Formats: sequence, structure tokens, C-alpha cells
Amino acid sequence: MKKLLATFLLGFIGFYLYTAFAGVPFGESKMKVGKDYLETTVPKTGAVNTVTSIVVNYRGFDTLGEVTVLFLAATGLGAILFGMKGKPEDKHREPSSILTTGAKALFPIIVLLGAYIFIHGHLTPGGGFQGGTIIATGVLMLILGIKKFHANHALLSIMESLAGITFVVAGILGLAFGKTFLENILPLGTPGQVFSAGVIPIIYVAVGFKVGAELAGVLDTMMSTTRGEE
Amino acid sequence: MIYYIVSIIVMLIGLYAVLMKKNLIKIVVGLSLIDSGTHLLLVAIGFIKGGTAPIYSEPGLTADAMVDPVPQALVLTAIVIGVAVTAVALAMVIRIYAQHKTLDIRKIRSLKW
Amino acid sequence: MMLLQWTLTPDLLYQAGTGILLFLLVVAAIFSLVQKDLLMAIVGTSLVSLILSVLFLLLHAPDVALTEAAIGVALTTVIFLIALRKTGRYEE
Repeated sequence: MKKLLATFLLGFIGFYLYTAFAGVPFGESKMKVGKDYLETTVPKTGAVNTVTSIVVNYRGFDTLGEVTVLFLAATGLGAILFGMKGKPEDKHREPSSILTTGAKALFPIIVLLGAYIFIHGHLTPGGGFQGGTIIATGVLMLILGIKKFHANHALLSIMESLAGITFVVAGILGLAFGKTFLENILPLGTPGQVFSAGVIPIIYVAVGFKVGAELAGVLDTMMSTTRGEE
Repeated sequence: MIYYIVSIIVMLIGLYAVLMKKNLIKIVVGLSLIDSGTHLLLVAIGFIKGGTAPIYSEPGLTADAMVDPVPQALVLTAIVIGVAVTAVALAMVIRIYAQHKTLDIRKIRSLKW
Repeated sequence: MMLLQWTLTPDLLYQAGTGILLFLLVVAAIFSLVQKDLLMAIVGTSLVSLILSVLFLLLHAPDVALTEAAIGVALTTVIFLIALRKTGRYEE
């Protein structure tokens, strides 16, 4: 009975979603604001990658809010899991020496890949969020590979705070120079070079550090509750 | 067009899991499926036949031949928020399991922690 | 008449590949819905993310594809697995 009701409800929702989207043509241009962004991204912001210029420049305030949401989620997760201990009867297999050595050897390379991705965010696909996540997966590999490894939470929170302060200061500098919040005040440079696009690379590097530190902190918090130690 | 239908199907599968499943982790899996369907739908709306990625990677590319960058930027932020929401939901699931020793929502009667 | 000749043009290959990927997407989603073993269900959602990442690349969204590959495939799966380790593996 309940299943029938749910199927009926899903059919209802699906039918109306389908009729709503049946009128939207697929594969045709229906850009309004997107056209303007595409045409003005190189002369106005200096960034070659339009998605980056939208995320960091045109909608930079949105990104600041999003980074705040991530920070709140990391803090809330720590508050929810506070004081939990792992089951002492949990059996843990020791990481093998191949895993330990491999994790130690690969970690700098993974951090380098992440840093490359967020430094070149305005030139190639990628940016702060992707690079930060890649760094967090590197930290995860260390957690899995090294016995009794704990991320340094004080260092992580200092990194995170510095990155957040950099983002806000880059925004306030726009106000200080008589423009709007997060408006570019640095010279644009040649499009296609690493040192171009004004304030965009600075903000994206800050976002990369912030996201990497937050996600690494989340992973370490969750892992330490399941490991049965502390 | 088939992109719209498939993404709506994925969204409905996730909604079915949220409505009907009794296991808390299965419900979070359903939420993540709804997320995935929405992302595919948004990016598919911005697609243009014969377009290229919205990056001026070589000289000679013009704005007329590019797909819409706005849905891509929105989905980019939505994915990151999605993982944060999933992490918080799973932390709550872990806490509930520690209290009640079950994940079955029919057996979790009390709201007291 | 063009379809009856069965020539393997790049366009036809593209269409066929897209169709197969979309079909696999629905199959993986249903797999993660009906599977009683929660570990397999989580692997199903990881598969959904992986296929989604390839589809984003086909839709000319490389930024989103990179994000989905890094976050959806790796990080979400790991977080689910940690939660699974802390709780029970099977759905009653």
C-alpha cells in the first residue's frame, strides 16, 4: 500500500518534471547572461577560463559564502562527533611496509599536482576546489598508510584561517581603492600567462588551501572516531 | 533530450530511496543520488550542439561556439556543498548508531540522545 | 536511409557511446537502490559519479568533470566507507 502510494507520487512528480523540461530545447543556445560573461571575460578579468572568472570574479561573493558553508560544515561535524571513541574491540590490520613507503613517497607528488591545479585555475580546467580536494585525498592516503598518523589540527586551522583572511582582504582591497567588494585592483597582464588575471589566482590559491585544510580536517575527525584509539 | 529523461529518472530513484528505505545509510545514498541527477540536468541545459568548452585555450575561438558557462559554475559549487552535506549527515548517522545500536528508522523511536 | 547503411561515423560513435553511458548510469543507480549489502550500494554510487564525470566531459564541462572525479568518486565514497565501518554493513 505504502509502496503503491510512493510509486504514484513519484510518477506524478516525474510526469510534471518531464512536461516542464519537454519545452526546453536541448543543444540550442539559450544564453542570456552567459553570453555577456563569455564576451567580457578576457578583456575585463584577464582570465582565459570563463568558469573560473564566473566563480571567482563575477560571483565572488557567492564563493565566499560557499567557503563559509564548508567551514561551518567542518565545524559542525567536529561538534557532532566530539568525544566519540572507537570501539576498543575493533581489530586493525597494520598497514604493510609497501603501503607506508608508497604513501610517504607519493604524498609530495600528490600535493604538487593539487598545487598545479589551483595555481593554473584561470588557464586550464580546475581550480581551488579541485586542487584542495586532491590535497585532502593525499592526506587521506597518509592516514591510511601510516600507523597512528594524526593530522596536525592546529596547523590545519591556522592554514584555513590565513586562507580565509586572504580571501576577505582581497575583497576589502577593492573597497579601499574606491571600487566594489572583490573588484580587481591589480594589473590584468597578458591573458594566458600564469601571472595574469589580477586578483583571481590569489583568491583561488587561498580557496585551494582552505578547502584542502577543511576536507583533511573532516577526514581526520571521522577516521579518528573509527580507529579505536585516542 | 535523453539527458533530461535520464537525469529525472536518477532523481526519482534517489527520491524513492529517501521515501521507502528503512536504513539510514540507504537514505543518505538516496540524497546523494538526487544531487547527482540535479547536476546532470543543470549541465545538460547549458549544452550547445557543436560547442566547445568555455576556455579560450587557443587563438581563434569565439564566444559563439562555446557552451553556457553559468550552469557549470553553479554545479561546481553545488558539488562541493553536496559533499559537506553528506559528511554532516553521515556524522549524525554515526552518532545515532552509537546511541541506538541500529540503523533501522522503525526502531529509532525516541528523539532523546 | 543514412541509418540503414551502418557506417561508423564519429557522430554515430559519439551518440552510441552517450547512450551506453546513460543506460549504465540508470543501471548503477538502480543497483545501489536495490542492493542489500550496503558496501555494494556505496560502490554503486561511486560508479554513478564516475559515469557522471565522463558525461560532463562529453557535455564540454571539463571543470565540473574534474570536480566530480575528485569529490564524487574519491571523497564521498571514502566518507561513506568510514561511516559504514562505524555502523553495520548489512541492511536488515
